[in-house]
Amino acid sequence: MTGVMMSLAGRRLTALPSGALWDAGAATLCVSDLHLGKSDRIARRAGLMLPPYDSRATLDRLAEEVTRCDPRVVVCLGDSFDDLASADALDADCQASLLRLQAGRRWIWIEGNHDPGPVDLGGMHLRDWRDGALTYRHIAQAGESGEISGHYHPKFALPGVGGARPCFLHDARRIILPAFGAYTGGLSARAVELRALMGPGACAILTGRVALRVPLI
Amino acid sequence: MTHLPPRFSDWFAARGWSLHPHQAEMLARAADPALLLIAPTGGGKTLAGFLPTLLDLAEGGHSGLHTLYVSPLKALAADIRRNLTTPVVEMGLPIRIEDRSGDTSYTQKRRQRADPPHILLTTPESLALLISYEDAPRIFAGLQRVIVDEIHALAESKRGDQLMLALSRLQTLAPGLRRVGLSATVEDPAAIARSLACAPAPCAILHADPGPEPDIAMLVTEERPPWAGGGARYAIPAVLDEVRRHRTTLIFHNTRAQAELFFHNLWLANDDDLPIGIHHGSLSREQREAVEAAMVAGQLRAIVCTGSLDLGIDWGDVDLVIQIGAPKNVKRLIQRIGRANHRYNAPSKALLVPANRFEVVECVAALEAARAHDLDGDPKGPGPRDVLCQHILIVACAGPFGADALYAEVRSVGAYATLDRADFDACLAFCATGGYALRAYDRWQRLVERDGLWHLRDPRAAQRIRMNIGTIQDTDTLKVRLRGSFKPLGEVEEAFAATLTPGDTFLIGGQIVRYEGLRELTVEVSRDRGRQPRIATFMGTKFATSTQLSARILRMFRQDDWPALPAHTAQWLAQQRAVSRLPEADRILVESFAHDGRAHSCFYGFAGRNAQQTLGLLLTQRMEALGLQPLGFVATDYATLVWGLEPLRDAAALFDADDLRAGFETWLAGNAVMKRTFRAAATIAGLIERNLPQARKSGRQATFSSDILYDTLMKYDPDHLMLRITREEAMRGLVDFGRIEEMLARSRGRIDHVTLDRVSPLAAPMLLEMGRVPIAGEGRERLMADVAAELMALAGIEVE
Repeated sequence: MTGVMMSLAGRRLTALPSGALWDAGAATLCVSDLHLGKSDRIARRAGLMLPPYDSRATLDRLAEEVTRCDPRVVVCLGDSFDDLASADALDADCQASLLRLQAGRRWIWIEGNHDPGPVDLGGMHLRDWRDGALTYRHIAQAGESGEISGHYHPKFALPGVGGARPCFLHDARRIILPAFGAYTGGLSARAVELRALMGPGACAILTGRVALRVPLI
Repeated sequence: MTHLPPRFSDWFAARGWSLHPHQAEMLARAADPALLLIAPTGGGKTLAGFLPTLLDLAEGGHSGLHTLYVSPLKALAADIRRNLTTPVVEMGLPIRIEDRSGDTSYTQKRRQRADPPHILLTTPESLALLISYEDAPRIFAGLQRVIVDEIHALAESKRGDQLMLALSRLQTLAPGLRRVGLSATVEDPAAIARSLACAPAPCAILHADPGPEPDIAMLVTEERPPWAGGGARYAIPAVLDEVRRHRTTLIFHNTRAQAELFFHNLWLANDDDLPIGIHHGSLSREQREAVEAAMVAGQLRAIVCTGSLDLGIDWGDVDLVIQIGAPKNVKRLIQRIGRANHRYNAPSKALLVPANRFEVVECVAALEAARAHDLDGDPKGPGPRDVLCQHILIVACAGPFGADALYAEVRSVGAYATLDRADFDACLAFCATGGYALRAYDRWQRLVERDGLWHLRDPRAAQRIRMNIGTIQDTDTLKVRLRGSFKPLGEVEEAFAATLTPGDTFLIGGQIVRYEGLRELTVEVSRDRGRQPRIATFMGTKFATSTQLSARILRMFRQDDWPALPAHTAQWLAQQRAVSRLPEADRILVESFAHDGRAHSCFYGFAGRNAQQTLGLLLTQRMEALGLQPLGFVATDYATLVWGLEPLRDAAALFDADDLRAGFETWLAGNAVMKRTFRAAATIAGLIERNLPQARKSGRQATFSSDILYDTLMKYDPDHLMLRITREEAMRGLVDFGRIEEMLARSRGRIDHVTLDRVSPLAAPMLLEMGRVPIAGEGRERLMADVAAELMALAGIEVE
């Protein structure tokens, strides 16, 4: 596990290469924007039948991190489901996987713009969650600090070497997580919305085989 | 001899024309179910195709559509409409002629469907759209004839397969339909005839008089061609001399980038200010049309161009064709030469200009092949199933269909005559449910079967299907425009745009521009006063040297001496034979030598650029496993040069066919070229949509998601139809594994491994080649980590 260490509100957090955030001190694992059921929603809405393995792939990757870290708390930072109907439509296999992951630990679903209501699956459902000086919420709010959020699916390309990869964004006030789900596109870390949120000295941490920190320039 | 009615014979006589024998023969056999005419450009081919229609319609009495004309180019359809209108008006024939393409207005298109003209001129894509309408049976009910122009060009691509599937539909709607194909000279007319006919009906082949032998030669220059590179800048003074000596010269290039560079350098040397224009597919339509108009008006002395001028629009008085760079394919060369001298009985004149020393050999081989009428071409595989998937969806748009009837109809298409039922059913299942091993979309499937007929589940899906008709894969391109202007200059590939940083200069439309930035998927540039662009080139299609031409070059190598070659090139080959050996067709030559502190190995496979590139990826993968630490490679049409840290000791071990194939399978999984192949198939088959009803999805997002779909399928459903199609496609095209197989078959493990104390004459130009490929893997991760650390240090960010 070659993660990158970050400090936020006096806490030590690790950006994992998979795109998950690990707070070893609090044994809390956080992932954002799982978008479970995306292929189902696309079929329903657009009539396109994409390979229906995205939820399976996302949960398999999440299970790897849960097995490796063995967290006490798992926070899913919003947009965990592509919409509320796709939460209901999650197949039995995926439901069973989720149940296995939830066993013996605290599971927090944060509301996102895609899934703004409780789902019929285990776990606690919250608008946002405070853990000491840290606040977990879906969409970053200007002026906040100690904030951990998702929503934007940031990605970043190193000049001259390879294409864009999903990335964390980190500065003194906040961390924005990459999307953890399969079939999720991304927004360039250089986009105006993200530039407006991130302060001077901000870094991007690229996901991939190893996590890689670069200045956000 | 067929006799023309007086109205026609008078018209011919008034113009001093008489019927060509092939035109008469086409008339005599007008009742044949299918006919293929092979004729050189300008041989009255179009009139030969249309005469039976004009005669049929001359007496009036036919209402509705009589003849459908399909050509690969919109411009060609418009051109033919003008040319046909002349005899129709002059003879006072009661015939309505219209064209229809993506450029036709909405009202015009509506009217054409309600009240079709007698003759409709269109493209394969517009025809596919027409047959998707519910009223297709009414539109095509009286159709008598279909004329497919430039069928040789269509037959080479999936556009031809789509067209022939559409014709099978038309044949059902209009059972008396007769088919005519018009083709330039090709290596295998019978194959084209088979693709045109409604199987198993026969298709006769008629040959027009090919005219006098073309006058082709290699341009001899004072200056010697350089060792490497593709620009042929050395030949510019000689080319300008030729332009001065002729009325109009077409200067063909193999890539757009080379055309741009050459045009730029030509103008720097054009002291007489000869009017010379440029024409290629990346230029904006306005610019191309301006050049075309100037050309037709006889205002230009030369046009620097690419394949965009390959097809048969009549450009008037061309009396010389110059081909810059070796013609990678003899058939294409012959077809290009046909662009010169449209007058009957005058030989076409052409000059070949090798861009480098190896191309001298290629040019001489191509000249010999052209004189011997030894045309090349790869036999086409069976009809592609991604195109079939699209066709099934198109048919579903028009109305409910029965699987058995559609299967029978599809099998009447030559390319699909051997399609078995299981494959057809797999395509139908893909269209209906996605065809996944995990049955997920029972509620949302695209096609549903009711009472033995397949229907669209949601009829609104027809709009989306129609918006995505077509098999042409535009590489993802971005428009280029001057900052503050709305007029586009042209297009560059997205991958090229991604390498630009503000301040970089490059060539487009013959001018140097400076990259300013990217704005809403448009590349913004400003004019630059510089004389040399900093970044010379953007990418473009690179053709691989054909199998037949490669074989001919290898045969030339067996000669004791080379009187046909210029002295400098003959000496070069003799030197190679003295210090190492010349490559042979039934063996693979490998040369290893140290250069610049690195171990180098050069593999002469003569498998063509794409296959040598794939071979480079496979060999370096094996070398990495053997601990040879390869750092990179470069590929040309004839060899792959690999460099690394450790010298190669046992070349034969690398060429075990089973190992290479196994490597190919693993390599398939993560390769970017495979992902591009997958994206093309998935887009054609309708898994990915290029065009969306409202917001247009950018190419960038499509790239991203199709790669993920590919990875997901590889992991969870490796036997899915789309992956089976992708693997098949990889045998040809950019991956071209088929030619690696061909190389292994002819060499059968006979490897000559020569260790040298320095670079060999044949390998030396490889060191200068562009397009070096760094090896991905641990090396790339290390490179990325280095770049990241450097940036962190530069930014002064401290990390605890």
